[in-house]
Amino acid sequence: MEAFDLSVIWAGIIGLGVIMYVLMDGFDLGLGILFPFAPDEGTRDVMMNSVAPVWDGNETWLILGGAGLLAAFPLVYTIFLPALYLGVFLLLAGLIFRGVAFEFRFKANTSKYLWNWAFAGGSMLASFAQGAVVGAYIQGFETENLRYVGGALDWLTPFTVLTGLGLMAGYALLASTWLILKSEGRIQDWAYRITIPLLVTVLVVFAIVSVWTPMIDPMVRERWFSNLSVIWLLPALGLLCAFQIVRSVRNRFEGMPFVATMGLFVFTYLGLIVSRWPYVVPPDYTLWDASSAWQSQLFLLIGVLFVIPIVLGYTAWTYWVFRGKVREGEGYH
Amino acid sequence: MDLDPLFLSRLQFAFVVSFHAIFPVFTIGLASFIAVLEGLAYKTENSVWVTLSAFWTKVFAVVFGMGVVSGIVMSFQFGTNWSNFALATSNFLGPVLSYEVVTAFFLEAAFLGVLLFGRDKVPAGVHLFAAVMVALGTFISSFWILSANSWMHTPAGAELRDGFYHITSWSEAIFNPSFPYRFAHMGLASFLTGSFVVAGVSAWYLLLNREVEANRKALSMCLWLILFLAPTQAVVGDFHGLNTLEHQPAKVAAMEGNWETQSNVPLLLFAWPDQDAQSNHFEVGIPGLASLILTHEWDGVVPGLDAVPENEQPPVGIVFWSFRIMVGMGVLMIIAGLVGLALRPGGRLYETRWFLNSLRVMSVAPFLAVLSGWFVTEIGRFPWVVYGEMTLSEGLTPSLSGWMALVTLIGYAAVYAAVFTGGTYYLFRVLQAGLEASVEESFDIDHDRPKRPMSAPHVSFEHEPYPGEQGGNTSYQGGH
Ligand code: HDD
Ligand code: HEM
Ligand code: HEM
Repeated sequence: MEAFDLSVIWAGIIGLGVIMYVLMDGFDLGLGILFPFAPDEGTRDVMMNSVAPVWDGNETWLILGGAGLLAAFPLVYTIFLPALYLGVFLLLAGLIFRGVAFEFRFKANTSKYLWNWAFAGGSMLASFAQGAVVGAYIQGFETENLRYVGGALDWLTPFTVLTGLGLMAGYALLASTWLILKSEGRIQDWAYRITIPLLVTVLVVFAIVSVWTPMIDPMVRERWFSNLSVIWLLPALGLLCAFQIVRSVRNRFEGMPFVATMGLFVFTYLGLIVSRWPYVVPPDYTLWDASSAWQSQLFLLIGVLFVIPIVLGYTAWTYWVFRGKVREGEGYH
Repeated sequence: MDLDPLFLSRLQFAFVVSFHAIFPVFTIGLASFIAVLEGLAYKTENSVWVTLSAFWTKVFAVVFGMGVVSGIVMSFQFGTNWSNFALATSNFLGPVLSYEVVTAFFLEAAFLGVLLFGRDKVPAGVHLFAAVMVALGTFISSFWILSANSWMHTPAGAELRDGFYHITSWSEAIFNPSFPYRFAHMGLASFLTGSFVVAGVSAWYLLLNREVEANRKALSMCLWLILFLAPTQAVVGDFHGLNTLEHQPAKVAAMEGNWETQSNVPLLLFAWPDQDAQSNHFEVGIPGLASLILTHEWDGVVPGLDAVPENEQPPVGIVFWSFRIMVGMGVLMIIAGLVGLALRPGGRLYETRWFLNSLRVMSVAPFLAVLSGWFVTEIGRFPWVVYGEMTLSEGLTPSLSGWMALVTLIGYAAVYAAVFTGGTYYLFRVLQAGLEASVEESFDIDHDRPKRPMSAPHVSFEHEPYPGEQGGNTSYQGGH
């Protein structure tokens, strides 16, 4: 009984951590994806300045995700990482490159273009790898006796390439709507212009994935086409968000496009969870199979319940301090 | 050659963790130094302290940033290369590593921004508080990670059931038998690292006659610290060794190059251990001294490598020599502290060029000692990953093939080489710009810089002349 409750609580905490990470690191990774397409260097400066103050905390969520998984659902940690071995390497390499590029670009004069490339390349690599992880999760893993037994490149299939590209488009959309919020003038015009094409790309990928998944997986098909019809509310709400994005871009609202894009992400994410629940290592292991000892879950829960609210509060405060537009030729105060 | 995933994974782990380790030992020491400087600045309102703190905070920012990026890799290594080990120990390592994130990393992240950019934006007391919190964060971080590491050396408070460790006592597991020694030894090592780097850099500035007043103060502080900490480290190291003798006698036998269980074991100053012959060549030693150190009796019996089967012996040569490098560095540090004391009367400390030059060179000593110390500890535990209970090959990821491990090993090496060449180069630029640059900057407010660790220093990435470089001062000729 105790073990049951704790595992569900932990699923909630890790689920929250993942969506926090996706939304927060999503738009700054997205800025890296848009980087090469920016009209000029001034725009790039504004793009970077707009996320500089808040970027720091984001990666801590990723580390918490990694360590938290090991603590609460070790099986997820010890099957995903070996199965995605090469993908994880690409992800880490990408994150390292963009991390330092962020730092050094501001100092560079003549070598600036190099750091531009490191930032863009690193962001694209990391985003693609994350999208492929989502695809690999939908696809499932070949396991035996709590161990991954598949090959090194099983995760790399046409399906995961599609989800990889899809997440890149999604992050780019988060970034363009973020930029609408944070910039003005010609930079904002540019952001408005690219938002609709990005949205269309995202929706097309989502559509293909939604049709493809039930085809490769009978369990998902059953979940969606059986009695549980309330879950169709999720894609419906997602579409509503997409519609909101189009409408608010047309009317040149500044905040709404970003909010609606976050909504689109949240509903897609919930849809994904619903498709697979309670399997965390499909197709074999559920949440409860993957759990660590309940004493361990409890021991950590005490600390986390105390700290997470503080972290959320601090994060909100940082965003509040650095609110407002970022103008060309100046940072924020 | 056959690609052995086990060997390549060990190499990869050793590479990434050694790389990572270089930065934390320095940041832990430096964070406390900065907190002390901030405290002095707060109390005395002497601008020298502000100048020093502003400058060293910049250096801190760069090194800390590199510690963060290399640390992210570490938190995934357990799962990618050692998944069987990670799964079996997850009930302990999971919560402990997570506690490191929630108690230390978030604390550091929260207060770093205020420390780096807040000098003119928050009251002085709050700024001091932030400095203390960052220093505290680095300590909490090393507390958890060393507890995890020590538990692997001296597992306690847990029992193995169906392939999983279950915790029976959290306090016994966290405060396992080797933890107090390792924590003390590593904490002192961090302080020594910070002191020697600051002393070396200050000595270099003094040789160039730059910012003399501030650099003299910094040098003097560090030498006092070294005078007391270096001998303390030797004593703590001795206790650490005695503890190791109790729990991992084979490691101590390798450290001493002692093949046979015997009394009257000599302390070897030089030897060439030969694993195949199970003996040493070219032994030079002091009779009975190892017995005395380890058992406190001249003719005490000390276990030798013959106490364990040959295939459970650690690689003796590396352990033996790494240990000597570490202790050698420790002895040099004690000497540096004493010479510093001897030169104090009349302020000769600040003018004796050979001493200042030696201190410049000595700034690499702690890094050498730390890395070789870890080599002793980690290679000496071979073939165990959880000592006496789980071997390295049992801990390895089953699906890992040799070429996968090789590709990522080369990959990490390439990424680190590229990124850290940039970082180190930039660090030297900050050092060249020196305290003079921070004097001006601490008075203008950061409007155009983002709130990011390495963005704190206002130094251009590309080379610009720095004071004393091409000016009349010819005393500085060496490269670095
Ligand atoms: C004795 C100290 C010590 C040791 C042995 C290690 N670390 Fe470390 N680590 C630190 C002390 C530290 C630190 C001082 O707290 C750092 C250095 C720079 C920083 O940002 O925090 C850090 C950073 C750091 C980060 C980035 C945190 C952030 O974003 O702030 C991670 C994920 C790790 N480490 C993980 C590890 C792992 C998995 C290790 C072992 C296998 C390890 N560290 C060994
Ligand atoms: C930070 C300083 C550290 C350094 C420099 C270091 C260095 C090393 C080295 C050189 C090896 C031996 C590799 C070999 O057998 O050839 C090793 C092994 C190992 N260390 Fe550490 N270590 C450090 C800290 C840690 C910590 C804190 C942990 C765990 C929490 C850890 C876990 C391991 C494991 C699991 C192995 C076995 C795998 C292997 O042999 O590579 N190490 N380490
Ligand atoms: C001067 C006399 C010293 C002695 C007798 C000594 C003793 C030891 C011993 C016995 C170990 C291995 C413990 C084990 O694996 O169980 C060790 C490890 C280590 N030493 Fe030293 N040490 C000395 C100086 C230093 C100095 C000067 C530094 C760095 C500034 C240093 C840094 C380390 C580190 C980082 C480790 C690995 C972590 C650990 O196990 O604590 N040591 N030392």
